[in-house]
Amino acid sequence: MSRKQKRLAVITGAMGVLALAVALMLIAFGQDIRYFRTPADLTAEDMTSGARFRLGGLVEKGTVVRGAGTQVQFAVTDTIKSVKVTYDGILPDLFREEQGVVTEGRFGPDGTFTADSVLAKHDENYMPKEVADSLKAKGVWQGE
Amino acid sequence: MTAEIGQFALVLALALSLVQSVLPVAGARRRDPRMMAVAVPTAFAVFALIALSFAMLVHAYVVSDFSVLNVVENSHSQKPLLYKITGVWGNHEGSMLLWVLILAFFGALVAFFGNNLPPALKANVLGVHGWIGTAFLLFIVATSNPFARVAPAPLEGQDLNPILQDIGLAIHPPLLYLGYVGFSVCFSFAVAALIEGRIDAAWARWVRPWTLTAWMFLTGGIAMGSYWAYYELGWGGWWFWDPVENASFMPWLAGTALLHSALVMEKRSALKIWTVLLALLTFSLSLLGTFLVRSGVLTSVHTFATDPGRGLFILAILTLFIGGSLTLFAFRAQSLSSGGLFQPISREGALVFNNLFLTTATATVLVGTLYPLLLEALTGDKISVGAPFFNMTFGPLMIPLLAAVPFGPLLAWKRGDLLGVGQRLLTAFALALLVTGFILYKTSAREVLAAFGIGLAVWVMAGSLTDLALKAGIGKVSAATAFARFVGLPRSVFGTALAHFGLGITLLGIVSVTTFGTEQVVAMKPGETLPVAGYRLRYDGLTPAIGPNYTEQQGRFALLDNAARQVDTIVSARRFYPARRMPTTEAGIVTHGVNQFYISLGDDLAAGGIVVRVWWKPLVTLIWLGALAMMAGGCISLLDRRLRIGAPARAKGPRSGPAEASA
Repeated sequence: MSRKQKRLAVITGAMGVLALAVALMLIAFGQDIRYFRTPADLTAEDMTSGARFRLGGLVEKGTVVRGAGTQVQFAVTDTIKSVKVTYDGILPDLFREEQGVVTEGRFGPDGTFTADSVLAKHDENYMPKEVADSLKAKGVWQGE
Repeated sequence: MTAEIGQFALVLALALSLVQSVLPVAGARRRDPRMMAVAVPTAFAVFALIALSFAMLVHAYVVSDFSVLNVVENSHSQKPLLYKITGVWGNHEGSMLLWVLILAFFGALVAFFGNNLPPALKANVLGVHGWIGTAFLLFIVATSNPFARVAPAPLEGQDLNPILQDIGLAIHPPLLYLGYVGFSVCFSFAVAALIEGRIDAAWARWVRPWTLTAWMFLTGGIAMGSYWAYYELGWGGWWFWDPVENASFMPWLAGTALLHSALVMEKRSALKIWTVLLALLTFSLSLLGTFLVRSGVLTSVHTFATDPGRGLFILAILTLFIGGSLTLFAFRAQSLSSGGLFQPISREGALVFNNLFLTTATATVLVGTLYPLLLEALTGDKISVGAPFFNMTFGPLMIPLLAAVPFGPLLAWKRGDLLGVGQRLLTAFALALLVTGFILYKTSAREVLAAFGIGLAVWVMAGSLTDLALKAGIGKVSAATAFARFVGLPRSVFGTALAHFGLGITLLGIVSVTTFGTEQVVAMKPGETLPVAGYRLRYDGLTPAIGPNYTEQQGRFALLDNAARQVDTIVSARRFYPARRMPTTEAGIVTHGVNQFYISLGDDLAAGGIVVRVWWKPLVTLIWLGALAMMAGGCISLLDRRLRIGAPARAKGPRSGPAEASA
């Protein structure tokens, strides 16, 4: 092979791998992007499409109910609207009423949100960044 | 007084760092040996001053000097001494100070070991290193002063985030920074080469030990961080594809590519331009990581305080260094001569293959990490990209790379014989196939992916052993000769084999724990038992206990074998740290061989008993043991006489005299 052909081969190979990577990323983005919503952001489509997304807000006071075994029910609110969430598992250490929370899952046909993970990624003020930003944007932020 | 000494030393270090940035580079341009000679003493002095400053901060923590704001915010008089010391870098200001301390440390090392470098190159390298130091010292002095006083001084501190009160904090950040920041040396060498417009195989030989050192520490830092998150967070996971993890993983991937391409450059004088670009990119990714973690765009245990000014400052540094170095590259890359020719099927070809896949994989991780941030900045939509994205993009790219690993070291330079190598790898291939078949049979063909994953791991491991066996001539010559040859092999051969073997070990652990691990979330009352992986786990109830700065509820579990004999006790706890009013979960972990039982406690139930999460994690420790093997491989390679730091005078070609002779 001449020098030119070799270079061409390397470039073709590189392009091939890059194209493969781009294709994989596009497919993955199509399947795995989860939007973040607070209860007031929810559209009718979110409630019925069965798509996965992240629901965040404050844990509404007095709504945490423990069911049989590891079942837990609570409501997530952004002080404008509130959504009932069911979850089966261990709640994170920092989960408490009137504190920020981010849950991930999808809506069932009865309008309750079934979460399969409840995230506890907090800064020192027990407030997930997405939740704080959303509450600030809605003008209902009460911290600081 | 001590805080003021620390601050004064820091400002002085900044001033000297400015001198280090300007004079040597100007001297190199004007061919003025006296100006160039300034580089070495200033590099030492900057390191000494920052070390003094750091020592002053450590002192303030050890004596709990609550007139220093940083100590108030992150320490407590009752905290154990170890955590007082490690707490120094468990906050924004202190960790940035550690960052520049390590940066200056590497600068001093280059100055110390660089006696054999051509004076102009050395002056330029230290000068460029000075630029980085100046930028970050300015950042600390201007926005993140760790020595700020508070008056009146409070009587007690606010304590350190309990999650960080762990031996992990003593190991993970220093190791990680040694890796992250170590790549700054490669960056400085690359920029210096671009300034000079000259680069040769000797350059690669000088850069490679630094790359190897940084890579080794980064490997250790990431593995340690992963294990720490695994046992501390109580979620049972060892990698979350969290942006903060990706921030350290991207420089690792790029650094691994750099390690391999520098090899081609050193031995065959090819891929010069590419290697320089990789050196720039690797440190750029380290800077990006620092920005992501330190600026507060992401929330995690790594984020301490969010101050928009700081984020902007680091972003400015980031833009300056990445943009500046890439612009320089664009102008100067043409002037670097291109080197040796090779056939696509050759050792060089294999290393290009390695680089192609590693950099593409880096790119996918970069896209997955930055896309949500960009989208939010542009449209305001908040999205998250999670593990499925990375598994789907990163995973497939790793398969061809891993499959090719055993071929690389066996192919000849310049022109290789793929068929011949394939024949020599037949035993390894048969072994991998056998294991795959066995797993398929054992799982009744249900776990096809896992079977192939484990087969791949065996292939990588057996392949690296094959390399050693072939190079020693085992089976071809008499046992005594083979042994003599084996012992006489260059250390770098052992290093390569061990690091590749480690990669296989890690892969084995990953596949095994993801496929065969079990997780159960159950409510348990004292006396109840639960079957786990052929054992029975009995819950023996909660007992309160008091630690130095926390109280805890210890859940006790007995692990019983088939004959109901107790083989182990597992204690898992829920802690409460009153200073921060913060609860944590302490996972109960017992290790059996390379497998682990992992228990974390949940809430109390109204009906009595508690929620318990129990994992069985087969072969899980292999994930980190593999990383240790990779580190050890790097270490052995580093001890190769060819690479001994500062060894070669400007060598003419690959493997020529001076390197060996001087060792």
